[in-house]
Parts: sequence; structure tokens; C-alpha cells
Amino acid sequence: MIPANFNYHKVSSVNEAIALSQKLGEEAKYMSGGHSLLPMMKLRFATPEHIIDISKIEGLSYIKEEGDLLKIGAMTTQTEMEHNALLKEKYPILGDAIWLTADPSVRNVGTIGGNIAHGDAANDQPALMLAMRATVVAEGTDGTKSIPIDEFFHGFYMTALEPSDVLIEIQIPKAKKSSGGAYVKIERKVGDYATAGVAVHIELDDSGVCQQIGIGLTNVSAVPMRLERGEEILRGQKVTDDLIAQVGQVASEDCEPESDLRGSEAYKRSIVNTITKRMLNKALERARQ
Amino acid sequence: MFKCKTSPEVGGMGHSVKRKEDARFLHGKGNYVDDVKLPGQLTMVLVRSPYAYAKIKGINKEKALAIPGVLAVITGYDLKEFNLHWMPTLLSDTQMVLPTDTVMHQSQEVCAVIATDRYIAVDGAEAVEVDYEPMKALVDPWKALDADAPLLRPDKEGQKDNQIYHWERGEREKTDAAIAAADVVVKERIYLPRIHVASIETCGCVASYDKDTQKMLVYMTSQAPHAIRTILALVAGHVGLSEEKIRIIAQDIGGGFGGKVPVYPGYVIAIAASFLIGKPVKWIEDRSENLVNGFARDYHMDCELAATKDGKIQAFKVSTLADHGYTDSSANPSKYPTGMFSICTGSYDYEHAFAELDAVYTNKAPGGVAYRCSFRVTEAVHAIERMVDKLAAKIGKDPAQLRFENFIKKEQFPYESPLGWSYDSGDYKQTLEKAMDMIGYDDYKKEQAEKRAQGKLMGIGICTFTEVVGAGPSKDFDILGIAMFDSAEIRVHPTGKALARFGTKTQGQGHETTYAQILAEELGIPYTDIQIEDGDTDTAPYGLGTYGSRSTPTAAAAAAMAARKLRAKGKKIAAHLLEVSEDDIDWEVGKYFVKGAPEKCKTIQEVAFAAYTNFPAGMEPGFEATHYYDPPNMTFPNGAYICVVEVEEETGAIDVKRFVAIDDCGNIINPMIVEGQVHGGLTQGIAPAMYEGIVYDDEGNVLNGTLMDYLVPTAVESPHWETGHTITPSPHHPLGAKGVAESPTVGAPPAIANAIIDALSPLGIEHLDIPITPAKVWEAIQVAKAKA
Amino acid sequence: MGKHNITLTINGESVSAEVESRLLLVHFIRENLDLTGTHIGCDTSNCGACTIMLDGKSIKSCTYLAVRADGAEITTIEGVAEPGTNSHLQKAFHDQHGLHCGFCTPGMIIRSMDLLKTNPNPTEEEIRWGISGNLCRCTGYNNIVKSVQQAATEMAKEKEASV
Repeated sequence: MIPANFNYHKVSSVNEAIALSQKLGEEAKYMSGGHSLLPMMKLRFATPEHIIDISKIEGLSYIKEEGDLLKIGAMTTQTEMEHNALLKEKYPILGDAIWLTADPSVRNVGTIGGNIAHGDAANDQPALMLAMRATVVAEGTDGTKSIPIDEFFHGFYMTALEPSDVLIEIQIPKAKKSSGGAYVKIERKVGDYATAGVAVHIELDDSGVCQQIGIGLTNVSAVPMRLERGEEILRGQKVTDDLIAQVGQVASEDCEPESDLRGSEAYKRSIVNTITKRMLNKALERARQ
Repeated sequence: MFKCKTSPEVGGMGHSVKRKEDARFLHGKGNYVDDVKLPGQLTMVLVRSPYAYAKIKGINKEKALAIPGVLAVITGYDLKEFNLHWMPTLLSDTQMVLPTDTVMHQSQEVCAVIATDRYIAVDGAEAVEVDYEPMKALVDPWKALDADAPLLRPDKEGQKDNQIYHWERGEREKTDAAIAAADVVVKERIYLPRIHVASIETCGCVASYDKDTQKMLVYMTSQAPHAIRTILALVAGHVGLSEEKIRIIAQDIGGGFGGKVPVYPGYVIAIAASFLIGKPVKWIEDRSENLVNGFARDYHMDCELAATKDGKIQAFKVSTLADHGYTDSSANPSKYPTGMFSICTGSYDYEHAFAELDAVYTNKAPGGVAYRCSFRVTEAVHAIERMVDKLAAKIGKDPAQLRFENFIKKEQFPYESPLGWSYDSGDYKQTLEKAMDMIGYDDYKKEQAEKRAQGKLMGIGICTFTEVVGAGPSKDFDILGIAMFDSAEIRVHPTGKALARFGTKTQGQGHETTYAQILAEELGIPYTDIQIEDGDTDTAPYGLGTYGSRSTPTAAAAAAMAARKLRAKGKKIAAHLLEVSEDDIDWEVGKYFVKGAPEKCKTIQEVAFAAYTNFPAGMEPGFEATHYYDPPNMTFPNGAYICVVEVEEETGAIDVKRFVAIDDCGNIINPMIVEGQVHGGLTQGIAPAMYEGIVYDDEGNVLNGTLMDYLVPTAVESPHWETGHTITPSPHHPLGAKGVAESPTVGAPPAIANAIIDALSPLGIEHLDIPITPAKVWEAIQVAKAKA
Repeated sequence: MGKHNITLTINGESVSAEVESRLLLVHFIRENLDLTGTHIGCDTSNCGACTIMLDGKSIKSCTYLAVRADGAEITTIEGVAEPGTNSHLQKAFHDQHGLHCGFCTPGMIIRSMDLLKTNPNPTEEEIRWGISGNLCRCTGYNNIVKSVQQAATEMAKEKEASV
């Protein structure tokens, strides 16, 4: 498996990337970690004429809290996130997901930005971003834009990013007191794409009432999916087992899985129900700590 | 237990000495076929069919040939000029090397692009335009014999339907009568799906023909280099490839498992290309080519097991449908089209058995690889071991107890099985008892009862298998008429060090160490002083290669026998040196001494030196010996495996809690290596039991032709294996050894399947075919609940 | 198509070469530099036979463009220890029979180096997850786990002795 010929271009700044992308037009693709794009090129499912390597752009690899936000630079690798003390302490949902994504050598190269920008509902990070109400910051020909995650995923491998846009940062509302998140996916074996995955982020007030809730689903729809109907059930409520069961049921109804080698549609709906409930409980447990 | 005769320094049998071959692998200095780089070497890449069944209307080479660096595009018509477009299979069928008009399975070789490097060759293959006319593929083997099925092999004279052969063994009437009269009969249709060996190294070769010397040198990932040389001489002799001018070198092999026994069309095309061009041509499969173009198993077995009401087995019948793809290219060197399938009567003593099989053509890849299995033993063992458990469940008897009551007893060996094998030795009761002790069987039974009371699903699965390995006695085995012996040649140098060469071919089994240990055992020369070589047909003695757990039963025996020839010669030399009669000389490991005067002695090294410097008058000088060993019988390794699982009802998730494997492979040469082989085989057992299987859609497309979807277990899926041994030596093998590497692959799947099905039995589930995935379990639970 | 001059350090030696845009790093290492200890097993970054160390991290060189390695520091299995010596991991794989056919071994050792760097005292479970991107078809993994455990113990001892 060898990619078709293309021209490689290395850029050292975001502006340079945008300018080059504009100049080269539609046949140019950005490559960051390359672990989504290069396999598709090796299989010749993707045959871009130009690859613009944005991985050498400095200053896009960071994890920090600033104001009300957790900011993660788009070029931060999954491994950097996995071992980051701040994320371990305050955002364990990210660790849940990274542990289950591909394998350690792939995570050494794969970036958070690439995982999201690919627009693949089978990737793990989109569901987390939906659950955590993230904002995607990109730079393009018309300057910097902040795209709320709900407006980011447009279709099968399609996102709100224009061809020249470079994803530069992920912004996530800072973890509040009494908030917690959790992610799990069912996979056929370690490192596999999800048969189904569920990300939950919940915020409670002092009386244990759910103030904010986000639920994202992995690989049970063509486009990364937020479980809005499930969130509605819990928002403003004291979370009970009964309500959790209702959300699980809604998740299994609203997801749109297809039968494939990973299992039948019915099986996937059933495990979405189960793991939605489990992740709600796990997120609650973390929120109450 | 086995008692070591040699010191650890000498390192004979029974010592866990560390492997001599490790150093090169640990430092990146292994020599695998893709590492070969010859001057002027070209690369070959194959164009493969996207369709399972199609007419080829035309092949346009122009765009490919226009790419700088693309030198040739070879089609079936090019090979037809030399009558090399078809080749015979071991099973007297025929296989296309390259097609002229029809492709018979997805990914079949269509034409070959030869270029100056790999990247250009891939571009060339992309640029070849093939005009196909797709036809409706025959995918379901159960429809192969329907009246309206397309006739897939009209090229074969007299072929009126898609049946390849019918085979049977045993007594049909008596077995049917016993089943009809029995108190209890259990029936099941058991499918062992298509799987692939998926060795981490794919297949490949570098063929290098020198037009001046007319010599053909081929580096090849072959488990049987000598057989390949002979086959090549037989099929290509008419173009001038004569056997003495063909040299096959199998260097280091990155995992074989049976997948590197067959002659794949790619080899023949690369050899033909080099022959035509006169330059070295390298061909290395990519992973998808590897996964989609070969297979093992694919047996649909209708089983019936009959017993008395208290569980005494009386008769077993199995009728099988075998899907061979478009040709029977089984890598089966036995005289029986179904290989050793008739071992299916298992470890149990009963009178009546009958096995029959119909093999059919479909539009799938050909193969029939003996995947870590002495050809169809895995299928046979799965059938009987599932059925014995089903019988136990039916009559409500503990499956261990049922086995104890039916085992062939220790004193019954040699035991004549109902289907005609003479089992050499075993102590099945002791082996199962040891497994039960090690895992704590009774405690798990109690825990299971408690868990079931709480509505939890826990299962305990047993498999007590008997294997048949060691091809073979020449009465049962040959390759194109060549008897399945194997060979060892020993040269002891004047300084007492040695070089030994073998007709087998190691692929990770550690022969460079274990063969040296056998010679150390027999001669007393330290194993570190003995160099082992194999795989080069110009230097190694003729042999049939390594597969079917045959190396220990054949080549290791040959090593012992050759060493004994040397010892006999050495005795004469020692008598000469010690100036006594030969009758007065005794041997203990490493030295000859005068009876009653042990201080008067000569070491093997002194004797070796004398063989070159001071030998008796009239004796042929030198200290070398060769032996070709044709075993009198197969060996019958056996074992008792127990698996404990928990299943989550809500999701179907399966958790393998424990797995204990007790193997009896007779005397053990190197316990460390045997244990390692068992570990590896067990992981290759859980693989088809829970993860792997080649999946086709209705059009004959393979849906999981990469390692993204063909689920080779990682270290996480692979349980922490627990292993142990009983030792019942083979009475007919010179070392009492049996061969072991395939037992775990054969024994693990039914143990795991039995455990999962046992866990699900409270829900009324009686059988599931492997691979048993969480999704499959979940579906079965829904069906069972709907019924209830 | 595009050619690029790259310079990188491999096993301590500086190497300069002109490479095509699409050349995969694994092919550059194996075919241009003749370092054939790094293997190709799956082409889809599932098997890990091609694992090398790049700037101190294990990566899969079949899914990495050679041109992107410009300026990088690479270690392959050939550079893990001085000739004639074994690293702790190499010794442990030998001692514990952590290899059979040897094809996955280079990748397995490089991956384990990275694992022990980030987690010097891993549990069995952490080792199993830590090598989950490296397939072995021969050993059943038991002895690979033991090899990594032995190396971890010996590296800890050595560290203690040097303090």
C-alpha cells in the first residue's frame, strides 16, 4: 500500500499554511498527525495533489486553563493529553477516551485537532467535544473564527472548516465544582473504532440538581451526534435512576446505527442504552467527588 | 517425570536453555525475504480482481507501460506461451497462475507489473486497465450443488457439477444403527469458519535467474523449500528449470503456521518473470493480498453423538460440507483428501463411527491451509468436543465426569480407533485431573452454582483433545509421491564442534536450539558447540519441511538416529584408542569408557579428533552421519484444557477469567520452548474462538481484508495463560517425544466455546458457532428470551 | 513529483538524502538506509512491526512520511545497544523467551522502551495495554509481558545503584 504521488509542503506558521492552501486550491490537504489522512492515501481512497504539513507549526501544542476556559492547542498529541496532570486531575473524561483510542504509538503522533477536524463520527473526540460543549477555534482567510461544536460537524467527513481553515485550538468550558464527565466505547478489540461510544459531561448544583448536561455519541450515526433529547430529560432535574433509565432508552431510540461487521443495528441500540446509563452514573460519581 | 541426563552446560533434553537464534532477531539482524536486496533487482506487484467471478474481456497495458520504470506487464497469455498459466495442486486439482479469460474469486491475480521499484510498480498496477464482465458469484457452499448453480469449473474434463469429491471413512450402517438404537442422541450443525494464519510477515519471494549459468535462485518464505524445488522442477522442467539448477533458500520466516506451505501463484509469476527477464524479481504481498488469498477451516459439520442414558458414548457420525473455493489447493500432504479429519472420534472409547465429507467449489479464494493443525484436526476436535459437552448438558452430567467415564484408558494403548488410527500413548485421566486441580474445578463449580442463583452467567468449559501429528509414515503421507520422511545430517569437526543440517525449516519454533539439544543429549557435545542450519536446498539434506507438528516426530528422530550412528562409529574408535575390544566399551553422555574401569575413558571430542587423525585401520575416516527417518506411526499428543468465563447478559461481553492448559506431548526437549509454543498456540486458539473469521458478502467480496477488521488479538485480548504438563512418552519415537505446537490451537477453541455456551445454558442456549463475539452472544440471548 | 532534501540523525549518525514526497519513512529506513530490522506487517498501522523511536517517542513508520522526519532523531532496533551488547529489554526478551519468529520483536522492543520511559514500573495490565499496538502471532504475549517486567526491574535496580 503506497500513496499516489503528491507534492509535500512544509509550513511553519498558520498564515503561511492558509496562504499556501489558497494558492494550491481544492487539491491541497492539511496533514497534522497524519494518522487519519495517510492511511486513506495509502489505500488510495484519498489522492490529494498537495499535502501541507502543519505539524511543524510552533506554539499549537499546549494545555492550559485561561479565564473560564480549558484551552488545548490543536497540535497537542493524544499522548501529551494522556500524561497531562491538569487533565488527569480535572478532566478525566479525556483520559477515558484517549486510553481507548488506537494505541500508544499512534497516540504519540495523532493530535486532538486532527481527530476532530477529520469529521469522522467513528473518532472518539467528537463525542467528547459535543458533551463538553466545546468551541473549535480556526483561522482562515477571513481571520479567526470560533465555531460552537454544535455547528461544527456538517456531514459524513464534512465540517464547518473551509478548505483553507486551520484548526488551532479547542476551547472547553472550565471544569466547575461538582461537575464530571466520562467516556466509554465498546470495541471489538483494543484500538478498534467504536462499535458504539458515549461521552457524558454533567454539572450539578449544591443540591444535586443537574444544571448542565452534554451527551455525545460515537459511531452510531453518519455525523457525530449529540443526544439532545436525553439532555433535556436531565437538565434542571435531580438525577434519579429512573431518569437515567429514560435517557438510556432515548439514546437507543435516537441514535442511527447501521448493521455492519461490528454488530446489528439492534445490538448497537441496546449497548448505546447500556453505556449511556453507565456513563451517566460514572459522570455523576465524579461530579459528586 | 522426565529426568535430565546431561548437565545444564551440555544442555541436552529437558533443559530450558535459552535460544541460540535470539541474538540476530534482538538486534534487527534477522534475514527475512523482504530484506533480500540483489543487484539489479526489480519489483513485481500484482493486479488483482475486484470481482468474485468475471470474464476478462481485455487487459490494456499501455498506460502502465508508459510510466517510466515500468518494464513489463505479464498476463495469462504471456504465461500460456510457456504452458505456465495453470499449475497442478497437491490434491490433483488445477489452479490458475494467471487467468486468460475468467477470474474465479475476489483478489485473484489478474496480471503482474514489473518495475524498477516498489512505488513505480504500484503505480503501474493502478494504471493497468482491465475490462471485466462480472458474473453472479456462487458464494454459499450449500447452493453449490443446486441444479441451477453455475458450473464453475467447465475447464475440467468430466466435471458435471461443483462437487470436488466425496470422501468417507468408517461403517455407515453400523453407526446409523447404533444411533437409531441409542437412548440419547445429540445433534448439531457446527461451522468452523474461514480464518487466516495472518503471520505478521506476509508471503513473498525474490527469484533470480541467471541466463548465462541457467541457475534459478529463489529466496522464499517457504516452510518446505525442498518440496518447492521438486515441484518447480516438475511443473517448469519443460522450459529448462532442471532440479539441480534450482536453489531455494528459505531464510528467516516471520511466522508460518501453515500459510507458507502452499505454492502461491505470485511465486510462480515472479519466477517466470525472472526467467524471462534474466534479472532478480522481488514479490512481497501486502497485508490485504495475504489475508484474502488463502484460508484455513471452512467446514460445515453435521454431527450426531449417541449414548446410553447414563452417558456412555456409543457412536459418532459426522457429515461435512467443505468449501474449498474455486480449486482444491489444500496444503495437505496426506493420502486422504480430508487429511487427519478421521481423528474426530476423539479421546473416547466406543465402537461405531462414520465420517463423510463433500467438498465443493465456490467463488472464493482457494487454499485449505493446515493452519497450526495437522490438517483438519482442529475441525475434528471441535466437532467431538462440542458434542461431548452437548451430551453432558442433555443428560445433566458434569462434563468432566462424562469424559472420565468415556476416556480411553491408559492400559488400552496402543488403541485402535473406530476410524482406523492407532493411538500411541496417553493418560487422559491423569491429564484432566491435573487440569482440574490446577484451576480448582470443584471450587469453580460451587461459585458457578452461587452465581447462577444470583442470575449471573458464568461458564466452565473443558476440552480433552487427542491430536494426530508427525507426517508422517510414508504409508499415510506423500507430496507428489515423495514419502514424508525427514532428515538430519551431522558433521562433527576435528575439534569436537559440530554442524548439523535438517530437511525441516524453523519459523520461530527454536530448532537452532532444540536440535542442538537433541545432539547434545545423544553425543554429549554441548549444545552451544553445535551449529544448526536449514532452509537451503543446496546444502541441507532433503526433507519435507516444517508444518503439522512434524519436526519433532520426524527430523528430531532423524537427529537422534544419525547421532546414534556416530556413537556406534565412535565406539570403535574409542576401543582402538583405549586398546580394548569394542565389547568392553560403555557409553555415558559425552564419553566412552572401559567397562569396570571408568577412569580409562575417551571423550566424544577426543574420539572426534581421532576420527580425522588416528582411526583404526580400514575404517572410513571422518565423523559424519546422515539419517532419513520414516516414522512407523503418527504421534498422538493430547491435553486437557479448562476455561472459565463470565458473560454479561446485558451486552454480551465475555470475560475469560482463567484458562489452564495441561499438555501431554511425551518427553520434552526444552520446557521453556514448549511452554512458549503452547502460549502462542493458545492465543491462536482464542483468536478464531472469539475474534477472527473471514467474512464474505453475497457478491463474494471479502469484508474484512485488513488488520483493521480482521481481528488478530493483542496482548489485551490474550488472557494470562496457565500451563502445565503430564508426560507419557511416545513408545515408538526414539526420544519418546511427540510434537506440541499445534495442540493449543486445536484444543483452545472448543474449551472456550464450551465455557461460553455453558455460561449461556441457563437461558436455554445450546450451541453457538465460533467466533463467539459479544454481538453474537447478545443476539442469541435475545432469541432465547423471545422463545422463553 | 516533489523531491526534498532531508537530514536526520539515525542511530547516532547524521544522514542526508533526497526523498520523494510520498516516500514512507519505513521504506526510507529499510531500502534507502538498508536498516532492515524495522519490518512491515500490515500497512494500516495496526501491527506495529514498523515501530521506531522518533524524537524519543515510539511511532509507526509505515504511517509517517519520510520527508516529515527531516531534522528528527531516530532510533531503530539496530541502534538500541552497542554492537555485542544487549539493552535491558533485549536481554530480558532473550531470558524470558519473549520472541519466537522475531518478526515483531524489533517493534515490540522499541515500543517497550517508550512504555518504560513513561511508566518505569508498569503492572501486567499496563504492559498489555502499553503494547496493544504491536501484534505478535507467535508468543501468546505471556513471555513478552514477563520480558518487559524483567527489564523494568533491572532498570530500576540499575537506577538505584547509580544514585
